[in-house]
Amino acid sequence: METFLEEVNKKIHGVPLQACYHCRKCTAGCPVASHMEYNPNKVIKMIQNGQKDKVLASSTIWLCLSCETCITRCPNQVDIARMMDVLRQMAIEEGVAAKEANILKFHEAFLSSIKFGGRVHEMMMTVHYKLKSKDFFSDVDIAPGMLLKGKLSFFPPRTKDMKSVKGIFEKTQSR
Amino acid sequence: MKVSYYPGCSLHGMAKEYDQSMKAVSQALSIELKEVDDWSCCGASAAHNTNFDLSVALPARNLIAAEKNAMDVMVPCAACFNRFKMAEHHLKADKDLKARIEGVLGAKYQGGITIRNPIDVIYNEIGIDALAAKVLKPLTGLKPVSYYGCLLLRPPEVCEFENYENPFMLDKMMGSIGADVKNWSYKTDCCGGSMSVSKTAIVVDMCDKLMGAAKEAGANCVVTACPMCLANLEMRPSANMKMPVFYFTELISLALGLSGSQETFKTHLTDVQPLLSQLRLI
Repeated sequence: METFLEEVNKKIHGVPLQACYHCRKCTAGCPVASHMEYNPNKVIKMIQNGQKDKVLASSTIWLCLSCETCITRCPNQVDIARMMDVLRQMAIEEGVAAKEANILKFHEAFLSSIKFGGRVHEMMMTVHYKLKSKDFFSDVDIAPGMLLKGKLSFFPPRTKDMKSVKGIFEKTQSR
Repeated sequence: MKVSYYPGCSLHGMAKEYDQSMKAVSQALSIELKEVDDWSCCGASAAHNTNFDLSVALPARNLIAAEKNAMDVMVPCAACFNRFKMAEHHLKADKDLKARIEGVLGAKYQGGITIRNPIDVIYNEIGIDALAAKVLKPLTGLKPVSYYGCLLLRPPEVCEFENYENPFMLDKMMGSIGADVKNWSYKTDCCGGSMSVSKTAIVVDMCDKLMGAAKEAGANCVVTACPMCLANLEMRPSANMKMPVFYFTELISLALGLSGSQETFKTHLTDVQPLLSQLRLI
């Protein structure tokens, strides 16, 4: 049977995680490490230890902003940002509840907007996110200013060939 | 010169100031724009956070559409630029993935066009001397720090942009139009990006840190090329930390005295007009 490490390495499809010698440069440069449950280099160690359940259920994988500072500075080119993408996708596919649920809900609202019109409609996406997260009151102070300044449009933009856009979602999500 | 133009969703929404000023500046610098036909969203953070194939296929659809114009494609939004470069990188490095994505799209990806950000196009194709020669109203008194953020630069072997720890193109460009650019150590730090709505408290901290550093450097404004950075820096800092934030094209448009250059200053969430009128620039 494939180990967790082998599974993640295969999906990263680049430098294997074993190349990490835990210098912690990734963690030192990470702008959100202090908010994470486990530091980025600790996640690598946990993957090597086969702690799949803990890793996929952690806040760390959702709090990663993909700023790519880690991979940029890693002396061994271990692609930690890509690793975080792999772990998030594994968590979704295996039905592990996202520890930072609203972060995932925001991504889902964003993708729904693309699926609907091919282009993101900020107002529709925000309403969709609020319904999903039940976070109705944040930013209500900012929205009127945006409307007055014409920053939020009521009409969703649209890609004409929606068949091709919908096809992308159907074909990539059926795998 | 002539380029394909991919505005992306932000430039038709929250970042319309960037689209308007980009078009005005392009015209003034004789950069002819041909919009990518029937473009769709690049997928942004949402796609790569959830589904790898989707995160390659969405930009690939636009790259294939842009290839029909057979010209470099200019992508002003740093986030779209990053997703385009990332898709190109993966498609060129992985034959199986390329075949799979071409199957999804029902079209072939050639990989023959260059993906460029306007900072690179203006700096390297037009040149800052030519830009300086067109200045009618030098931006005297404006003291910006240039803020590149993450997505133009990282990872460097994918973005192929410029010096990734200490970039300078935007600094020199702003200097050439008369601004007194301040040096600082936070040019490439993250603003909090896509967590602005879903994890606001963290983003407030990150933006406060950036604005604090900008003030410490003696800046009176921030200049950027990223709609997400601008939105976060306008909305998220604590009230006492806020400072005007501009798209770099708005400042070029102002310095070149282009018609309509003042229109975009009216729609910023943090009002930029008091600073500009105090400096007698508007």
